[in-house]
Amino acid sequence: MNRKVIIIGTGPAGLTAAIYAARANLQPLVFEGQQPGGQLTITSEVENFPGFPEGITGPELMDSLRKQAQKFGAETVFNQITKVDFSRRPFKVWSGDNLYTSDTVIISTGASAQWLGLKSEKKLMGYGVSACATCDGFFYRDKKVLVVGGGDSAAEEAIFLTKFASEVWLVHRRDELRASKIMTQRIMDNPKINVHWNSVITEVLGTTDSGVVGVKLEDTKTGTIRQDDCDGVFLAIGHTPNTEIFNTKLELNAKGYIVTKPDSTYTSVPGVFACGDVQDSIYRQAITAAGSGCMAAIDAERYLED
Amino acid sequence: MSKEIVELTDANFEDEVLKSEIPVLVDFWAEWCGPCKAIAPTIAEIAGEYAGKAKIGKLNVDNNRDSAMKFGIRSIPNLLIFNSGSVAHQIVGAVPKSNITTLLDEVI
Repeated sequence: MNRKVIIIGTGPAGLTAAIYAARANLQPLVFEGQQPGGQLTITSEVENFPGFPEGITGPELMDSLRKQAQKFGAETVFNQITKVDFSRRPFKVWSGDNLYTSDTVIISTGASAQWLGLKSEKKLMGYGVSACATCDGFFYRDKKVLVVGGGDSAAEEAIFLTKFASEVWLVHRRDELRASKIMTQRIMDNPKINVHWNSVITEVLGTTDSGVVGVKLEDTKTGTIRQDDCDGVFLAIGHTPNTEIFNTKLELNAKGYIVTKPDSTYTSVPGVFACGDVQDSIYRQAITAAGSGCMAAIDAERYLED
Repeated sequence: MSKEIVELTDANFEDEVLKSEIPVLVDFWAEWCGPCKAIAPTIAEIAGEYAGKAKIGKLNVDNNRDSAMKFGIRSIPNLLIFNSGSVAHQIVGAVPKSNITTLLDEVI
């Protein structure tokens, strides 16, 4: 069955688009992807989403958005889109071998934590290498962990991890942090946190049986390699947009974000719209993602009317 | 928890999982874990569909740290598939249903 609207991704952008599209009677089909609910599902408390003076947990907020979309007729499927063809209409998207077609597509695949790109890091993902302190910190009670990064999110992760770990080391490539003054001060004042200055990880040591046992660090000034024992490595070096499957199908900027026409969610292909973090490297908030999701649904609705 | 899903603890792990006559899928989870909640409906569906062929159990890592440590769990959600008392497959993170059933089918 050909659809009027297919939505790829279910963070605040995709689910808001689903609410609006469903209320406009467009019966959207929504692909939830690898991480239903998006990045908010790995945060704890969301304190800045308007309307929740007491705060709300990320998973609860996303659960409410999903229910709200379903209430108006959005159909959600826990599958991931693996291939697209936007060269002719109706547009084609595949989940594995299953083909779906649609008159419009709204892309809200968001962004994911950036990895160092090391083979050893990939092998040990889930075995001591993590990009989510709130998910995995629990398993490092009285252990020593490293946090890679120098910005506010690295500082937040490091401070969060001191609740469990006996020792937390930041690994930062420069000789000063990029984090805000207040966060830097908190790092410096925390007796459990130390910093490996001018350092980058060149290899994560360990096996899937032993888990992470240490890392090799390179001094960015002298090039010297040294080894440091640890039980876990947490990455906090930023995010990268989930646009792999759209490469060459849509115009992307140098950092891989989908380019949208100013004041709209139009991509380089008419009928394909993008909203949320996949096209936004600046604001990256739940509320801005939701706002652009609303825009995408309205853009799609008007496009279908024309 | 649906009636097909067994609640696992440090106390019953050996009897329910290691001595089970059919393969067991163990979902290591916690209240505070968002992705765990995201896959919970999938786990419930699988429990319904595989009733009699495989046992599906959930282990809360907050209350049952020993089992989590014993199997080196460092990240959740974490699914271990046991066959005849040993780990046949491990799946780390929330994945689509078909990834889970494919591995489960291999041991049934």
